[in-house]
Amino acid sequence: MAAFCEEFTLCTLAGTGGSALPQGLLGLEPDRDRVLLTDRSRTVTLYEVSDQKPLGCWSVKQGQSITCPAVCNSETGEFVLVHDDKILQIWKEDDTNLDKVFKATLSADVYRIHSVPNAEPLVLFRNGAVKSLDVLLASPQQDIKSVFSNEVIRWSEAFVEVEKPVVVFITEEDVNCFIYVQHCNPYMLHKFKLDQGGESSTLLSFAAYLTDKTVTLLCLYSSGCVYKVLIPLLQSDSEEQHILPKSLLTRLEESGTILKHASIAILDKDHIAVAGCSNSPEGNTKEWVSLWNTKFQTLQDSKELPLGSTGQCWCYGGRFFVTHGKELKVILYKCETSSLAAALGKIKSTPTSETKSLSVNWNMLQEDGLLCVQPDQTVPAKSESKRLLRSRRTTGAKTQLEPLTLEQLLLIIKNSSLNVIEEKLMNFLSSAQIPNFQVCVGNIILALVNRCEAEPAFYPSNCLMQLTQMHGLSYSMCPGLMTIALEKTDVCLLQLCLQQFPDIPEAVTCACLRTFLSLSDDSLEEMNINVDSVAGYIDTACNRKIKNQSEVVQNGFSFELEENSCDAQLTQKSHAMDRSKFCPVGPQKAILLNAILCSAYSDTFLLPHLKDLSAEQVILFLQYLQFLYMKCSEQATTNLPGIFCPTINQIMDWMCLVLDAHFTVVVMLPEAKGLLSSLHKFVRAQVHFYSELNKIEGSLKELQRINNPKDVGLYSIEVLKLV
Amino acid sequence: MGRPPGDAPPPLLAGRSGAAAAVAMGEFQVHRVRLFAFLPAGIRCVSAHPSSRLAVGRIDGSVEIYNLQANSFQEKVIPGHETRIPEALCWAGGDRLFGAGLSGDIIEYDLEKLCVKYALDAFGGPLWSMAADPTGAQLAVGCEDGSIKLFHVLPERIQFEKNLDRQKGRILSLFWHASGARIAAGSIDLIRVFDVKSGHAVQRLLVDRRLTGSHTPRECVVWSVVFLSDGTIVSADSSGRVQFWDSEMGTLLQTSVISSSAVLSLATSEAEDSIVVGTSAGAVYQFQLLQVKAGSAERQWVRTKPFQYHTHDVRTVAHTATALISGGLDGQLVIRPLMEKVESRSYEAAVRKVTFPHRCLVSCARKARLLLFQYPLHLELWRLGTTSATGRDGEVLPVSCPPEHLVQLKNKGPEHIRSSCISAWGTWIAYSTASRLCLYRVQLAGERVALQRVRKVPKVACGAHQLLFSADSTRLFVASDRGSVHVLKLLQSGVCEHLHTLQPSSGESTLFSAVLLAVSADGHWLAVATGGGTVTIYNLKKAKPHCVVPAYDCPVTALAIHPVTNRLVMAYSDQQVLEFSIPDKAYTPWSRKVQQQGLHRDWMERDTPITHIAFHPQQADQVLLHDVHMFCLLDQSLPLPEDTAVLCNQPSLKQLSETARHSSAHAFKICKKYQPLLFVDLLDEKSLVVVERPVMDIKAQLPPPVYRKKFGT
Repeated sequence: MAAFCEEFTLCTLAGTGGSALPQGLLGLEPDRDRVLLTDRSRTVTLYEVSDQKPLGCWSVKQGQSITCPAVCNSETGEFVLVHDDKILQIWKEDDTNLDKVFKATLSADVYRIHSVPNAEPLVLFRNGAVKSLDVLLASPQQDIKSVFSNEVIRWSEAFVEVEKPVVVFITEEDVNCFIYVQHCNPYMLHKFKLDQGGESSTLLSFAAYLTDKTVTLLCLYSSGCVYKVLIPLLQSDSEEQHILPKSLLTRLEESGTILKHASIAILDKDHIAVAGCSNSPEGNTKEWVSLWNTKFQTLQDSKELPLGSTGQCWCYGGRFFVTHGKELKVILYKCETSSLAAALGKIKSTPTSETKSLSVNWNMLQEDGLLCVQPDQTVPAKSESKRLLRSRRTTGAKTQLEPLTLEQLLLIIKNSSLNVIEEKLMNFLSSAQIPNFQVCVGNIILALVNRCEAEPAFYPSNCLMQLTQMHGLSYSMCPGLMTIALEKTDVCLLQLCLQQFPDIPEAVTCACLRTFLSLSDDSLEEMNINVDSVAGYIDTACNRKIKNQSEVVQNGFSFELEENSCDAQLTQKSHAMDRSKFCPVGPQKAILLNAILCSAYSDTFLLPHLKDLSAEQVILFLQYLQFLYMKCSEQATTNLPGIFCPTINQIMDWMCLVLDAHFTVVVMLPEAKGLLSSLHKFVRAQVHFYSELNKIEGSLKELQRINNPKDVGLYSIEVLKLV
Repeated sequence: MGRPPGDAPPPLLAGRSGAAAAVAMGEFQVHRVRLFAFLPAGIRCVSAHPSSRLAVGRIDGSVEIYNLQANSFQEKVIPGHETRIPEALCWAGGDRLFGAGLSGDIIEYDLEKLCVKYALDAFGGPLWSMAADPTGAQLAVGCEDGSIKLFHVLPERIQFEKNLDRQKGRILSLFWHASGARIAAGSIDLIRVFDVKSGHAVQRLLVDRRLTGSHTPRECVVWSVVFLSDGTIVSADSSGRVQFWDSEMGTLLQTSVISSSAVLSLATSEAEDSIVVGTSAGAVYQFQLLQVKAGSAERQWVRTKPFQYHTHDVRTVAHTATALISGGLDGQLVIRPLMEKVESRSYEAAVRKVTFPHRCLVSCARKARLLLFQYPLHLELWRLGTTSATGRDGEVLPVSCPPEHLVQLKNKGPEHIRSSCISAWGTWIAYSTASRLCLYRVQLAGERVALQRVRKVPKVACGAHQLLFSADSTRLFVASDRGSVHVLKLLQSGVCEHLHTLQPSSGESTLFSAVLLAVSADGHWLAVATGGGTVTIYNLKKAKPHCVVPAYDCPVTALAIHPVTNRLVMAYSDQQVLEFSIPDKAYTPWSRKVQQQGLHRDWMERDTPITHIAFHPQQADQVLLHDVHMFCLLDQSLPLPEDTAVLCNQPSLKQLSETARHSSAHAFKICKKYQPLLFVDLLDEKSLVVVERPVMDIKAQLPPPVYRKKFGT
């Protein structure tokens, strides 16, 4: 269950005038672990968040006022701010006085500067124009073309969509809200109108994130409703104005309560945090911050802010910032994978994140039974979940106003080109509720697979991925899908299928295994596979080094030998000993193999198909299994870190199955000898250890008995209190 | 009152007076005693009477009568006897109970005086079985010599009528056909059907021997037969089979092997559509006569439900209209209601296991801190240990002086002890059997214990049902037949005189004997409950009945008179607790409040009766009650719990703050830490004694059960 964890005060905010509360911040911008805090008066302060330490403070001259929060230019490490609407200043961390830094006067009022990772900051002007900072600096006085005149920008945000920055901003004119999407490279502007239907209350706050060529915008209304608007980032041929529909995501407050100065922050794709002040119909005012699961519309955690708040909140890098009284508070949070059980608070908290794991070196256990346990090598507990806001490769698609029916879509799939299909499919999937969702998706996949079979050149990889990710599919629903994917060696899709389908036939599982093992690590490296889940136990860098090294040694030359001028034999030996410590496959392949290890199977049916593996494949697979087994055994809990990791039982079962299936091959192959003997030695050490444990079982039990004497004997005198 | 000379000073808890101020209210030193090695005797036979009475015969010869309507309360106990052990019990001639045993006697029990009325030798050697004819006018007994003897049941006696044809082999089981004209008799390898009129065997059913592991056919003992009115005979035999026979044709209809060990007992419901079977592996099975197909007229016996409540042989079963009853050699009586026959109330449908007697076998000398344990054939006197330490809730204190076994008092003769008592200072011990009363003067001088039997006990007082010493140890009350109580005067010199006999006033006279006694601390009042359920209060100064507590339709399970207020607190078998003011001759306001509001549902649904009531010596509002699974300090000053509240709220209360505790506390302060309880009493305001008998300890003393293969062993 998601929850707020510990909190600390980052800094005290300077109050202005006689008001009890500070007016709030102009802005808070992230800079790696640091934040750049711009207040409403004249100062900009840089804080190290983990140390709660100010690193620097700059202020503009008396009489001037900062109008745009300072940001950090990630490219150059410089800070940029705008004061008095037009005057842009750029300085470095070691500058002390803002009077002496670079200054440029622009020709139009700046609304905000957006810092974009790995790109020049983007400057958004009040008239809607967007310019890159380097372009502006080249000629500061250049003419800025106005996009609109009467509209007022309410909110803006910049994203990077496949190395192309995009600025999304929202303007207001009377009661209408417009959404602009400004692509920067090449410059392209799309305008949408926000559907205001059915909501009479005022818009309070916005937040947005980018997934899959779509910006998901969350709008918080004063009625306490959070609406979701999907903004397509795709080029549309028609210049006509689209109205973007909104759908109710969650309702924060019971009816009748009015929210005042509230804001919303996105924690991860299923969790949002809202800070604000609510007025109940009885006239009670309450200031709070709450954490919501949007998938199941459940309140996960909430905190009262008794000292009042300006209702501003931000979320950067797993930390949630909120103003509380005169302080800026940092609240840590944890968001677990949202499942229904977690949303309802029924899931048991996993103790693994807390346990201090002992790492055991089984190879140190020799015949004399000495075992070296190295404590204190704690695995860092990753409590904050990774934000899954990653971007994907995109291809063009279009938005369409009226939703498609399934029949129309199936017809399109039969006849149209890949691009059209992709666009229509996106459109279909993003359009509100689809009745009989699973059946629909099944039908679409079937149609796509049929077309693939008919036309060998046709392969809508993105569409298939998208549909498979919809959950709830099974192998029997689309039997042809995995066959097609195998033909095209679409490992990403295969991985997804293995993770999601509960009923893959053993023959197909084996075919996948064969495919995965036969692919080279280099070719896999180019694939878009997320290797985060194995990062906990496969040292990618080290692995690469070893690979290089072994190649070099084969060539009869080792640069490391020369560098260290060590005894060659010693190094060789240590390499051989440590062989099992290094992963025999690349992280991408490891991910794919893990997907196979975790899939469901029945050993009777699997065994005949396993025999189809070639000898090299068997050895490689065994090496990988051995590696996993030793990694598992290192932990006292015998668990691998990360998700989608096989359990020790799964690893053992597969090892036994592979050995069963290729008994003769393994016995004959000289390469297998070392492997088998090291495995044997390892298992023998474990058996030895456990038998020793068995021997002292009695003593251990006695220790336990001494600690809690249960048996009271025939007579005892006890104290009993009845209250 | 003066303390009798020669008494040891009551061992005070060291540090008690000093610590008393610091000790919070309601904090007790609990003497947790497991020294009483009570062992329930195995159940040999049961017999259900249509009027919801159940007679249970145990292998120590005792016979118990349970009232199935009054929460299965053990209403009457006829104490055991070394030689008169019933192999079979029968209700006949109305409400008369007969037993037959291996001593060769047919015994009639007196259910009013709770003793053997008479015993008649059947002259056929040991008797293995007995059955009454459907009208209850005749008894048939199966003898060791192979004969079946018929007896007429006459008023006040039975008379031999005739022998059926004598055959070879002992008659192990008998069943009388509903017509009264035929008797089925199970023997070794054989079942015979006799014609009652002619006395001839008309059918001979051969039960085939079964090859067991030893490859030599072992004889097949027909342990039980049932003769259904349609002529079907059901037999249970030592090869683990239940067989259905056609008694006309002499053919086997159906065999059902249900156990690898012997099947020992059978019983059928009155409607003859259900049979209950007990096996030596402790399992009980139900057979039901079910339609082969829905709507078809053809019906077949099908084994439906298995139950495993016993660990040892189920020697006997009974089938009432709503429940299956089984009794095993593990001493447990299990009443398993049939779900389809009871209303859906969960409480009625709950399984009831009776392991412990519904009366007190322990008496306590509070002042002297002695415990008297009553075994069937001897008494044990123990002195409690002491401690000098104090501690917090839940702590176990170091015992500075261990408990001491002072005396073992052996009873002479074959009769078992029926009741026993010790006086408050531990100066007198009395016990009684069915025919004798023994009184001892106890002198405790330091380590030495001197026991002196009082020779001249008045003859009138023989055969006491219950004994009680007055609080000042100058009187002994002896509960006797017909509701009368003999008052004996005890002198310090060790002389005992009959003072007078208290009898109910003529209008209230009863046939039932007095079974429970309670005396007030001032020696003014005596409350007497009889087996019939009436409670009479006597004025001891005037030696006359004072009043009768209004009649209640359930038997009293425990009663006690408050030492200060002279209010009589009574617990009934339906779990009601009533309080009656003796001076006012009326129920107290608290009792009326309880009746109005009703007790908590969880309290009413407990399945063991309250067997002892005591009072807090300082807190006049606090009453101690206990059953097998809990004891309760009932605080009459606190509000009664609502049905929505948690009855057993001590663990949650302990976590609350003082003020919150005050608001959520209710009258029932229940402790379930000590189980199963045979006795709980308050020694003084700061100490409690609880006598526990762990079920595991009982199991350890039982013989090993029939070996059963368990998975994984």
